[in-house]
Amino acid sequence: MTTETTALSGRPSLLRHPGLLIGVLGTAAFAMLALVSLFWVPYPIERIAIAERFLAPSAAHWLGTDSFGRDMLSLLMSGTLTSLFVAVIAVAIGAGIGVPLGLLAASWAGPAEWLALRLSDFLFAFPAVITAILLTALFGPGAINAMIAIGIFNIPVFARVARGGALNIRVLDFIGAARLAGLGPWSIATRHLLPNIAGLVIVQATIQLSLGILAEAGLSYIGLGTQPPATSLGLMLRDAQSLFLLQPSLTYVPGLAVVLIVISLNLAGDGLRDALDPRLRRVDAGRAA
Amino acid sequence: MVTLLLKRLLGLLLTLLVASALIFFVLDLLPGDPARFILGVNATPETVAALRTQMGLDAPPLARFLTWLFGMVRGDFGLSYTQRAPVAALIAERLWVSLPLTLFAMLLSVVVGLPIGILAARHQGRATDTALMTLAQLAIAIPNFWFGMLLVLLFAITWKLLPPGGFIPWGENFWAAARALVLPGIALALPQAAILARVMRTALVDVQTMDFIRTARAKGMTRGQAVWRHGVRNALLPVLTILGLQFAFLVAGAVIVENVFYLPGLGRLIFTAIGERDLVLVRGAVIVLVVGVTATMFLVDIAYALVDPRLRSRGAQ
Repeated sequence: MTTETTALSGRPSLLRHPGLLIGVLGTAAFAMLALVSLFWVPYPIERIAIAERFLAPSAAHWLGTDSFGRDMLSLLMSGTLTSLFVAVIAVAIGAGIGVPLGLLAASWAGPAEWLALRLSDFLFAFPAVITAILLTALFGPGAINAMIAIGIFNIPVFARVARGGALNIRVLDFIGAARLAGLGPWSIATRHLLPNIAGLVIVQATIQLSLGILAEAGLSYIGLGTQPPATSLGLMLRDAQSLFLLQPSLTYVPGLAVVLIVISLNLAGDGLRDALDPRLRRVDAGRAA
Repeated sequence: MVTLLLKRLLGLLLTLLVASALIFFVLDLLPGDPARFILGVNATPETVAALRTQMGLDAPPLARFLTWLFGMVRGDFGLSYTQRAPVAALIAERLWVSLPLTLFAMLLSVVVGLPIGILAARHQGRATDTALMTLAQLAIAIPNFWFGMLLVLLFAITWKLLPPGGFIPWGENFWAAARALVLPGIALALPQAAILARVMRTALVDVQTMDFIRTARAKGMTRGQAVWRHGVRNALLPVLTILGLQFAFLVAGAVIVENVFYLPGLGRLIFTAIGERDLVLVRGAVIVLVVGVTATMFLVDIAYALVDPRLRSRGAQ
């Protein structure tokens, strides 16, 4: 284990972390597939051709067709786009609100910290499904509800990561120096704390992205997320549900897609964390090599 | 310890108060008049007005909120417009499915996840570790409801060992009811077991490098004894945190997995209620879910203090 680690230590970090490489490549592949669907899909996903339903994979339909005769590859491409989009917006909401909240809690002791912590604790009481139920009862079902619900769920996660990271850095000498130089809490938070916790936040964002993909699938599957005629990986699984005893293969395409995207994102997240944190790199060296 | 308990209890009550206010006023914005819904479109304005007064819908929002809140404390969740039955009874009936399912999944994830985590940590860096953690990585990535479908295909359709779905009440046939929860329970537990295994492994690996393990070894314990007596207890702290969070995931997951197996649980009650715009039922069911999640967090906090004496004294300061 030791020899291998030393032997590899001179190489660029991507090669030292094969998990990271596989994760980044896998994520990029699905992101490409999703982005291409913006310009081109093999068949339009609204195109219903009952005569061509339940076709096995062939040259014309690489992944076969579903119960409406829609091309599964086209559905997969558009569905991946929706799922990724929902997860990305949810992470943006979570990080956009959670990180400032966490920094606030770390920078100002006293009532502000107490309030920020209580707010983040409070949000933990609302798993995405519960928020999505409330939003759907209010506005009717839709992908936007799913984004907001997952986003709200992400807020306390990012708040904790940001606060934890900031508290570790705040005790270091250079923060004291900055304070001596006359910087206020706000400048310290934005100029010194934020750049130093960026790595932590990015790692967490990767993990929340993968959770977001899973959450979107779950919400759309129970009808609280993406609605037809749009499609998402979760909605494809919902469509396949009523027929899955007769046509189980219809669930394989979206199901496997979710699994592969989530694994890629998790590998990327784990790899990033190992690459950014020298302490963990040492502990995990055996596994990484 | 008592101070800590009181502090946490106060926090719990405050959270529940704010949460119920939020849920009440959010759902209060819901368009549509329940009185008109009950009487139908042909009702005269006078009858609708009379029913509104009878249902207490005329009162100002704050008064209605307080009535609802104090009713819940007494166990009265109001009447469902659509089912014409007390909400508390409707929810209680569904909890007989959802609660055993969630607890079974929780138990299963602990019983499977922790030993796997310990095994992987003991073989850290070797093939067993790599194989187990690769499996865990895969298990985390599988959507639980899709895994449920795969379980049905294998155990119910191909091998015909367990029912594919549906539920027979406990009172009618206890074993049939228990059997109906096996596959949904496994589907729910899989990702959680994988997460627990990973957390347990990481925590144990971290603990193994601590000084007190070296001291224990120096005093003549074998590596296994030292890890078992001193390591596992210390590694349980992060596991406990995750366990508390997992209950929330399991509650949410159960709402989804119920649909695969056509189980008459809380989730399906909520979806019917949303479809029929029965907001009394929706808010009653949602508050039950929120209470379940927050109460678990509270219990985890307390358990944390019991396992880690340092937190006990900190809370008392």
